[in-house]
Amino acid sequence: MSPSVRLQEMIRVIRGARTQGEERGVIQRECAAIRAQFRQADNGTRSHNLAKLLYVHMLGYPAHFGQMECVRLIASPRYNEKRVGYLGAMMLLDEKQDASLLITNSIKNDLSHSSQYVQSLALCTLGCMGSAEMCRDLAPEIDRLLRASNSYIKKKAALCAVHIVRKVPELGELFTPASRSLLSEKNHGVLHGAVVLITELCERNPETLEQFRKAVPELVQIMKGLVMSGYSPEHNVAGISDPFLQVRILRLLRILGRNNETASDAVNDLLAQVATNTDSSKTAGSAVLYETVLTVMDIKSESGLRVLAVNILGRFLLNNDRNIRYISMTSLQKIVQTDHNAVQRHRGTIVDCLKDQDASVKRRALELSLALVSAVNIRSLMKELLLFLSSCPPELRAHTTSGIFNAAERYAPSQRWHIDTILHVLTTAGGDVRDETVPNLIQLITTATELHCYTVHKLYRALIADISVQSLVQVACWCIGEYGDLLLRGECEETEPVQVAEDDVLDALETVLQSHMSSPATRGFALTATMKLSTRITHNVDRIRSIVSIYGSCIDVELQQRAVEYNALFKKYDHMRAAVLERMPVIDKSSPGHTNGESAGGSIKEMEPTKRTQEVVLPQEPANQVCDLLDLLGGSGEPPQPSPALSTTMLGPVSSTAGGDLLDLLGGLDVTPVPPSVIVYEKNGVTLKLQTDRQTDTGMTITLTATNSTDREITSLTLQAAVPKSVQLQMKAPSGDVIPAHGLGQVTQTVLLNNPNKVSLKMRVRVCYTSQDFVCQDTVQIDSFPSPAW
Amino acid sequence: MTMHFLLLFSRQGKLRLQKWFTPIPEREKKKIVRDMTTMVLGRKPRSCNFLHWKDLKIVYKKYASLYFCCGLDAEENELLALEVLHRYVELLDKYFGNVCELDIIFNFEKAYFILDEFLLGGEVQETSKQVVSRSIEASDMLQEVSERPCSR
Repeated sequence: MSPSVRLQEMIRVIRGARTQGEERGVIQRECAAIRAQFRQADNGTRSHNLAKLLYVHMLGYPAHFGQMECVRLIASPRYNEKRVGYLGAMMLLDEKQDASLLITNSIKNDLSHSSQYVQSLALCTLGCMGSAEMCRDLAPEIDRLLRASNSYIKKKAALCAVHIVRKVPELGELFTPASRSLLSEKNHGVLHGAVVLITELCERNPETLEQFRKAVPELVQIMKGLVMSGYSPEHNVAGISDPFLQVRILRLLRILGRNNETASDAVNDLLAQVATNTDSSKTAGSAVLYETVLTVMDIKSESGLRVLAVNILGRFLLNNDRNIRYISMTSLQKIVQTDHNAVQRHRGTIVDCLKDQDASVKRRALELSLALVSAVNIRSLMKELLLFLSSCPPELRAHTTSGIFNAAERYAPSQRWHIDTILHVLTTAGGDVRDETVPNLIQLITTATELHCYTVHKLYRALIADISVQSLVQVACWCIGEYGDLLLRGECEETEPVQVAEDDVLDALETVLQSHMSSPATRGFALTATMKLSTRITHNVDRIRSIVSIYGSCIDVELQQRAVEYNALFKKYDHMRAAVLERMPVIDKSSPGHTNGESAGGSIKEMEPTKRTQEVVLPQEPANQVCDLLDLLGGSGEPPQPSPALSTTMLGPVSSTAGGDLLDLLGGLDVTPVPPSVIVYEKNGVTLKLQTDRQTDTGMTITLTATNSTDREITSLTLQAAVPKSVQLQMKAPSGDVIPAHGLGQVTQTVLLNNPNKVSLKMRVRVCYTSQDFVCQDTVQIDSFPSPAW
Repeated sequence: MTMHFLLLFSRQGKLRLQKWFTPIPEREKKKIVRDMTTMVLGRKPRSCNFLHWKDLKIVYKKYASLYFCCGLDAEENELLALEVLHRYVELLDKYFGNVCELDIIFNFEKAYFILDEFLLGGEVQETSKQVVSRSIEASDMLQEVSERPCSR
């Protein structure tokens, strides 16, 4: 029996095994036989035994005892044994095994073998698993083969050189001269190998890149030849002449043309030619066009060419082949920032791809659609996105909702649209939204004062329809608590009037409280909302009282605490209840948890200007009443007017935890000892004091306080400051520009000084104000600063 | 086309060929094979042929009962990778004459020899089908000669 049939026989037997155990038995027996055969002297069956072992290895069984056999077979003079030996080396040996070094000498000898097929085996193995050491040893040999051999060997030597350069980058210099001359070969295999080698060299060494820029005209010529030549049977693939070579040349041109005007210019024409002449009905042509597009977008091409490239991608979007649609979208994603307008033209097709069956295509279409949202198309695009949300696969929902929210926030054409959109998302996919959605939505609702009635009606309707979506329920409860009076009043211009009775509202809230679907946070919202309604309804206050007292013994500690406190509000502090439960002021966007007003300044500028006036107009008295009554404030003489940029002075917008723990309003205040202040300016009854809040080695924070002892108020107060050159100055917005008369109030302004060079700090302050219709302006020099309080 | 690996496996996930172009420890090779088979076999019938896995692009194509799967760098041209896979199938087809999975099972070493004439170090070494086929024929002839007992 011929030995190779024994190999196939063994395969048949293994495949015939009916269980894993049986298979293992067969394999153990075979391996034992193979081991025995390896120990014997050469009996002509070694290569077949190794082949058997390789099959066993592929099934996943250990085969390390074959490694030495590979080394032996490689050294054999017989081609059939070498062939299997080298195959075994590539499968069983990698550079981490010690045995791999043993074959270096064999490879070296075989590289100069008289038969090109033996040389080929050595080259292939070296190029596949050669370690850095082996590469260093054999690099000169490879260089020799690059120069003086037939094309069969040259092409393999070129790719072997690529492997060597990847393992030992310094050896790149060795191959540079030879690779340059390879470009003039006609053989496609050699040319392809040369282009790959040059690409590798240029990517690793900028100097080599410079050198090879001179080869651009030559490469352009080769490419033109391929594109414009007639039918070449040997290299033709679906009408394209050697697409593999074309793509590699395009890639090399991309690397050479990147960031270089001259090289880019030289290839502009070629790229236009390839783009227009390549038939993309089959994958081969599309592959070449795709590479062309990538090259156009990456080098400094003229705008006409870029538009052509984007149009090609647009055409790809309409292709029947799903793969082509997919790669078109990945490419569009990369360029949507830089060539936004060009991509916008294909928005319709992209949006259609949202309905594609394939999940990868859908995902890409979603990313692109979100990138294409702009103020102009927000309404139509949002319709499509919301439609997509109702049928999108679950793994994309979270991403879609956050994308929709971001887009809505940036481009909302009106507040009502914005609120409607968020509510739509919550009803469709409320379980997949981010945690900050609830406080963000609440904040948005408070700012849209004209829409309070509309919003609360809409939310109420959503609530009685379905209480399973926690985020929606939380927002609905909060709104009903806040604006319950508007809900009960019935009329609303934006929606049809509907009569809502107090009992219905309380029923809805109680359903939420008692439902097992409601999370603890949601129940907290519902309880607080119920409590708030006690000042907004007329007839059912007793019902609220009883609900609150029931929950005073609830197992949930949070609910119990709230209920007990609300109970106390009913019993002991009933006179304060109206004040405590008053309408909330408009919430500052960044204030939850923050006391630093800097970020607030930034975000507020983006919002509608009406907001700022609303902020000032809102009643602040209730908050002050509370603090007087509860007597927590002592000595922090901050003015009641909030300033847009300094929200530190505001007493208590909502914390980000479950909506509005009212009695926690004053939790954030602390009373600091008053630091010493120095009078720096005193004139016309206006006094300017300076106190140092903080001082470090490299800077300090000071507060300027202006008071007025005249009997008319001072208006249009502005303070300007100048400091030495190396010091950086930042003036925060002042608390106001009017100083009330008779010393009844003051204006403060915080100044931050950063002194990295530790020069002696001096400051010049210019004071401008209007007093009794005269405009006054004075400058004071401050040479020394008081020490800080701590 | 810088390939990191090329795998052939059946519908049941049985490996028929594995070619690794980067040095990877045995255990990790097994893990990659497991991941690839799970991911590719789990794809719906009319999905696109490209996947993402860690930082690699995975391109796969089903030919009859065999899945051809390769892992590429992130900057590679996926459409060309499909062409490379297709070219390999054509070479196998030419060699075996209407190749089927059984041919590759029982002649796995020949499948490797053909692959080694087409790809080297993860790159395409010859773009002409005829040249590759002729080289294989010549190598096979040389093998036959060397197997005869009187050869050197």
